[in-house]
Amino acid sequence: MAEVRAQLRAYRAVLASRARSQASYRASFRMDLVGALAIGVIEFTEVWVLYTATDQIGGFTLTQVLLVFGLADVAFCLADLVAGHCDRLPVYVRAGTLDVFFLRPQPVLAQLVTSDLSLRRLARSLVGVAALTVGLVLNDIEWGVGAVGLLVLSLVCGFVIFTAQFVTAAGLQFFLINGAEMTNAFVYGGRYAATQPATVWPRALLVVFGTVFPVAFAAFLPVSTLLGVPGVSGLPTWLGWCAPVAALWAVVVAGLCWRRGLRHYRGAGG
Amino acid sequence: MRPLPSPARNPYWRFLVAGVRGQSAYPLATLAGLTANATFGLLKGGIMGAAVDSSGGELAGYSAATMAAFVWLGQGMLGSVNFWGGSDLQNRIRTGDVAVDFLRPVSVQAAHVLTDIGKGLFALLPRGLPSVVIGLLVSHMALPPDATAYALGLVSLLIGIAVSHATVYLVATTGLWLVETRGVSVLYMSLSGFLAGLYTPVYLYPDWLLTLALCTPFPSMMQLPIDVLSGRVTGADAGQHLAVQLGWLAAVLVAGHLATRAGRRRLEVQGG
Repeated sequence: MAEVRAQLRAYRAVLASRARSQASYRASFRMDLVGALAIGVIEFTEVWVLYTATDQIGGFTLTQVLLVFGLADVAFCLADLVAGHCDRLPVYVRAGTLDVFFLRPQPVLAQLVTSDLSLRRLARSLVGVAALTVGLVLNDIEWGVGAVGLLVLSLVCGFVIFTAQFVTAAGLQFFLINGAEMTNAFVYGGRYAATQPATVWPRALLVVFGTVFPVAFAAFLPVSTLLGVPGVSGLPTWLGWCAPVAALWAVVVAGLCWRRGLRHYRGAGG
Repeated sequence: MRPLPSPARNPYWRFLVAGVRGQSAYPLATLAGLTANATFGLLKGGIMGAAVDSSGGELAGYSAATMAAFVWLGQGMLGSVNFWGGSDLQNRIRTGDVAVDFLRPVSVQAAHVLTDIGKGLFALLPRGLPSVVIGLLVSHMALPPDATAYALGLVSLLIGIAVSHATVYLVATTGLWLVETRGVSVLYMSLSGFLAGLYTPVYLYPDWLLTLALCTPFPSMMQLPIDVLSGRVTGADAGQHLAVQLGWLAAVLVAGHLATRAGRRRLEVQGG
């Protein structure tokens, strides 16, 4: 036990140093925070514009979609904070940074995850938190243990699902040298998808984002269970409770992709 | 008398060609970009189509067909215009390499803008056309009504690409004063796509926001070319769109030129 604690202390020290190093360039840090917040605000404005131009889209009103947007956005921003820099793997491979990771007596994935901690991503989650709060107040929710449990479950599973997407993408990067953008389709495409009602998706996307990369379970399905709004036709309304199954599946896929990718890696000749 | 230089030896022509060739060297990157593009297109098409449906088949003058055209033409243009605000020049200013650019006997502005336009033009083939083909396969998107609309649309598209890269050049020149321009890029990234009509047509915006958008060069990069290409505006209206675009192109080019002239006196190359 003491040994585990000592190991964790090492990671904590690394992460604290990353956080301090960003805050030390104050002007740049502040501009970064403002920029990240601006991007979040603009993203929300797009949703707001679309839903105020019409009464409802895919069976969801603006008030109801606030919950979907808020839950998905908060979960994604937290996942982005923890694992978003897995995106930089191709850069690390090319620069030889990754080879250094192999020399240290720590798991490569753990080193990759702790290699950066972009605090500005926290600023961005403020927009999601605000949308979620307003959504929780304005919607007609039957409060109880069930409702709170479902919300917490959705947030945790959403976070796990999005983190797993980042790791899956990183694993695939070992095979996709020069094709890094391919994984954006399900990482950032998945994020965009998760903020929408799945009722508007074409069938093919429903399969992709409902099963393979199960981001529909991050926000839309739990919200549709919570509000009792009929989700995708033919699917039961209690499906939102299955978010942990989807999260588990995402983790298994991510683990397989990462392991295979790592085995495939032969160094960049650095 | 010296012989007239052939266009192939003109340095500016070669910058344009170099941009095209640089981009064609990475076919896998292009395929990857197309996959991401198509996924976003399907998602965007789904939500925008549902929005048109739920408002009774007509939303801010868009039918299901013209909305599909908006989505897929927009996706097709994404590889050719720059909405993320970063550029080669931005990096070269930060690292000091730009000092070499200033020593060359060519215009720094023309060299950078033309190279980027070249990249953008090439991207129309592997990313633009396939996006439109996917759009045609999965939706009933509207097409230009006649040959004139195609011709005007292509001109409008070309000017749109030029406005985009000339504006990003202007953004990069702020580095001559600031050196580190990440914050400026992030600001550009958050505003440009939104005001250009990347996510939803700007005509859906409330009046004040629409007016604000039309007072910037951003709609000239995407919304206006899409209007002309999809036949949403024709004849004299299309001509007016082109005039607005040309006006913005001239404005950002002149601003970029002035900023380069003023900024090169301020430039301090870091390091040794």
